[in-house]
Amino acid sequence: MSQEPESKPPGEPAAKRDELPSGREGHTPDFSPAEVQRRLRHPVSFFRRTREHLIEGGVFLCGVASILAISLIFIFLFREGLQALRMVDTPLDFVYSMGVQLEYDAGIDDVVAVGEAPQLAWQPVSEEPKLSMIPLMWGSLGVALLASLLSTLAGIGVGIFLSELASPRLRGVVKPMLELLVGIPTVVIGFVMLAIVAQPLRQVAEAIGLSGVYGSTYNMFVGAVGVSIVIIPVIGSLVDDALRAVPDDLRAASLGVGATRWQTTWRVVLPTGVSGVFGAVILGFGRALGETMIVLMCAGNAAQITGNPFDSVRTMTAAIASEMGAAQVGGVHAQTLFLVGAILITITFLLNLTMELVVNRFRRKIRL
Amino acid sequence: MSVLPKQAVKAPSPPPARPAPPGHYLEVKNLSVHYGETQALFEVSFGTEKNTVLALIGPSGCGKSTLIKAVNRILELTPGARIDGDVLIEDESIFGQKVDLISLRQRVGMVFQRPNPFPKSIYDNVAYGLRIHGVKDRSTVDDVVEWALKHSALWDEVKDRLRTSALELSGGQQQRLCIARALAVQPDVLLMDEPCSALDPIATGKIEELIMSLKQDYTILVVTHNMQQAARVSDHTALMWLGKLIEHNRTEEVFTNPKEKITEDYITGRSG
Repeated sequence: MSQEPESKPPGEPAAKRDELPSGREGHTPDFSPAEVQRRLRHPVSFFRRTREHLIEGGVFLCGVASILAISLIFIFLFREGLQALRMVDTPLDFVYSMGVQLEYDAGIDDVVAVGEAPQLAWQPVSEEPKLSMIPLMWGSLGVALLASLLSTLAGIGVGIFLSELASPRLRGVVKPMLELLVGIPTVVIGFVMLAIVAQPLRQVAEAIGLSGVYGSTYNMFVGAVGVSIVIIPVIGSLVDDALRAVPDDLRAASLGVGATRWQTTWRVVLPTGVSGVFGAVILGFGRALGETMIVLMCAGNAAQITGNPFDSVRTMTAAIASEMGAAQVGGVHAQTLFLVGAILITITFLLNLTMELVVNRFRRKIRL
Repeated sequence: MSVLPKQAVKAPSPPPARPAPPGHYLEVKNLSVHYGETQALFEVSFGTEKNTVLALIGPSGCGKSTLIKAVNRILELTPGARIDGDVLIEDESIFGQKVDLISLRQRVGMVFQRPNPFPKSIYDNVAYGLRIHGVKDRSTVDDVVEWALKHSALWDEVKDRLRTSALELSGGQQQRLCIARALAVQPDVLLMDEPCSALDPIATGKIEELIMSLKQDYTILVVTHNMQQAARVSDHTALMWLGKLIEHNRTEEVFTNPKEKITEDYITGRSG
């Protein structure tokens, strides 16, 4: 009496597994236990032992190699980035630079220099390089925050739908499609945004009376929409995983006292899985911060600080991608770009670390 | 305990509002359940009376859990489960057109095999059922929580730490908390699916005492593997075997004078 209908997947009778292969009915097993024992109890052959060692060694090497590769990236980026610090007078040069301040003089109807003032400008190839990273960070943060804003709600919705509402069959179709979406080369998404979406988006904005603020066809908003296409499936898929890890017992208990499906989701499943959901959002944000191709192609690529989401921006990633090829090897511009990379990798590392910690807490909380 | 709103308290022995209905209080009629191609229940029929405990015994996989999950229709959530036949409570089919699933489940509470408190505070666990049904005012919720915890014999152990997480309680306390959570929505019928299988003997003893004292207010169906438990707590016992109901009678009769050979073999430990 071992079969428990409740725990068995329906439609898979246990008897099937125990059935003998056809043609074996009526066959009586006939072997000598001593003979089988003799064949099983022999020393492990040299070949088998060596193969075991080789496989173990190979797997170990793969693990070490990936850790080594990541460490080398860190070391390399920081070594190069720190050289940039040696090439400037003060690290503050990466925050602001002094520039001539111009003022309009009505008497001569022209602008005149009235002195020097700190400027937050990224102009690395001008005669006097201006290396403030603030505009790049502003652009990165702006796009990533806007994209997270757009995709957090949508992603959580997708996750709830997959985990709580979709039938197993529908989920079996949607989830692989979602994961496929994550795999689309970002350059393709960037191209689609650039060639097909950006113009109509501008027309829509102008039609609803936003022409005054709609600065550039290629702007932070368009970039953020493109990035959202990549991270909505990431967040959705992770939220689905987090919610499905919530034990069914809790759903049954909630439905058992008369809660509706939505009440169960909102008051039991989501609060129980909240750290998993939080982890998904952080990972999505990290992904948005690191996204390069899409923002390079459709966020306008102009390094400026702007509060208007419809203005062009250049992100840290886009600056590295578009300028590194033209920067002189070993020059202050190239080394500064390395420093930008080092900062970027540190931020994403910290984000991932936070996510791991949060998700671990979540696992403990629901006693997995 | 302060004054409770009327609907929140069960009178110890409610006076019959109308003459007893002709049939049983809870009646299962020709209930069959399929999981995909596999049939788990074969035309099971029986009835049970108000304020009694019915124990369902039988070997694993005989359909006991399936049967009680059908009574609050939580079975319908299992993919591939198909239910034929009928279950009547006070002569009204629970599968009827007019039946609201939400109020049915409020009326038929359930306690599960493994203690499954929500990862919330002790208070919030018990208050959950009230809140989802829209009871929000603080004093009522406070009163009902206290009442439910007293009724589930947990109050004295937790009254000073109602705001701490339910997950910090021991297994037996968690199970009594789950009973309190089920009681808080004022059910008539209580379904218990092997409520002691994850508990130690002392905790089991407490739950058994509780079942016997809850009988005066509720009609209880309890699934158990443990025949001594069935003998101790129940008024009637039903033996299930391979999805069929073999014998259903007063507990004493079943244990001292079984009618069927299978029952005799099972309760004496010769099979199962």
